[in-house]
Amino acid sequence: MASNQIMFILFSAMIIVFSILTVTSRKILRAAVYLLFVLVSTSGLYFMLNYQFLAAVQLTLYAGGIVVLIIFSILLTSHISQNFESSGWKKNIFSAIAALTGAILAIITILEYGFTASTEAAQQVDMRLIGKSLLSVDYDGYVLPFEVISILLLAAMVAAIVIAKKGAPKKIVLPKLNQE
Amino acid sequence: MNSGIPIQYFLILATLMFFTGVYGFLTRRNLITILMSVELILNSVNINFLAFNRYLYPHKLEGMFFSLFIIAVAAAEAAVAIAIIINIYRRFATINVEEVNEMKF
Repeated sequence: MASNQIMFILFSAMIIVFSILTVTSRKILRAAVYLLFVLVSTSGLYFMLNYQFLAAVQLTLYAGGIVVLIIFSILLTSHISQNFESSGWKKNIFSAIAALTGAILAIITILEYGFTASTEAAQQVDMRLIGKSLLSVDYDGYVLPFEVISILLLAAMVAAIVIAKKGAPKKIVLPKLNQE
Repeated sequence: MNSGIPIQYFLILATLMFFTGVYGFLTRRNLITILMSVELILNSVNINFLAFNRYLYPHKLEGMFFSLFIIAVAAAEAAVAIAIIINIYRRFATINVEEVNEMKF
């Protein structure tokens, strides 16, 4: 077995095991750390597919940014040692049935569909090409989605600040908050 | 790098990850864990886009740019969602979705 196949098996086993742990763990901080493992293994898969730039983006933005943001908000909103109570077994079983049915249907469809791999020469993805495509208005250019995503990021930043900032002092506060 | 690995393996892996995320989305009650399940779902879609791009259209870059934009949208979504979660926590002192059932003040 070639070394890349061994790496693929390793990465996919890590992804599957840790994503199941992410959605079943009863401790929220542990779930966040399992999610971090899933994201890092995903970036390993991107390296295997020869998309180095995207793997680096995945590492810095997902594993570095979003997970830190999630852990930060966990520390702000819950006690670290707090366990969730298990949601009822009925809900668990029906959700598992729904997810399993969907997964089996999708896998059957994937296995039945005959994919024909392209024989074209693979394009080298280097930074120069990515930058030129992002800002080009030609047929292969992506300047419109680039501009739209920059507006979206700006709007999201402003919205996050506006939503999370402290409101006016006369805001109604529930009695629960005043107990401490 | 990907020789000897059929495209189906990548797609099946992404399918399993996607439906794990769906299971978490349906069973979790804490807002932050629901957000984590959504991140799982978005990631599996990214794997699909990249596998399709590498195996079926290796001379183009559409899949790569699509996943790049998905990552950007996911970052924006996480920032706004966490701002909303912190605001909810400030008002209700809990982020359990079953206790936060009131919109009007």
